[in-house]
Amino acid sequence: MEDKEIFDKIVGIIGPFAKNKENVANVSDGSNILKDFEVNSSRLVDIILALEDEFDIEISDEEAEKIETIGDAVNLIKEKV
Amino acid sequence: MVKSEATKEEKEFILKKVPQQKPFRFIEEIKELTEEHIVSQYRYKDDEYFYEGHFPGNPVTPGVIMIETMAQAGLVALGIYLLMKDDKLDDSIMLFSDSEVEFSNMVKPGELITVRAEKIFYRRKKLKAKVELRKENGEVAAAGVMSGILQ
Repeated sequence: MEDKEIFDKIVGIIGPFAKNKENVANVSDGSNILKDFEVNSSRLVDIILALEDEFDIEISDEEAEKIETIGDAVNLIKEKV
Repeated sequence: MVKSEATKEEKEFILKKVPQQKPFRFIEEIKELTEEHIVSQYRYKDDEYFYEGHFPGNPVTPGVIMIETMAQAGLVALGIYLLMKDDKLDDSIMLFSDSEVEFSNMVKPGELITVRAEKIFYRRKKLKAKVELRKENGEVAAAGVMSGILQ
């Protein structure tokens, strides 16, 4: 799967949980999921589970801890699909 | 996998560990408890503090109190049990993080209500559950999905 396709799918999953829609519209690899999109840490768990379903992968709690930016999520998922 | 029912002692222990106390305590008895679900009961007293203002002369249990009642069982008590089962019981507090609840019936003072919560998932310290609150006559008063996160 192309990076761009993974990136777009991730943004599509996070979008509904984001409170800062303007930053979602201007998303980049460096966008911080919690800070830039104003997602709370509880919703981040929902996002991780949704990513597991979307890409049919398993993300361990340790791996999830390391996801801060969209780029982190793309890189992790790229390794697993 | 079928999860076994908690013992009477475990249920009593959990009731002691639930941090909310009078006048903000809405769990009296745990009727059923496994790692997958909980059923609890509480009788709203005629003299609960919120009836005086909600509403004067026409007391009705506020929706926010019903949500709190559902959360104390489905998130706090069930969360304590899940921590116990993981041998991770500590001083963590379950904080309410999100919910989507619909109301369909009023609950009046003096009613014995039953809360039933079914775990959807418990991961990364987040517990999400499908929760309903039934009136004494068995009708659903409130139902929805709610989550809490251990801090």
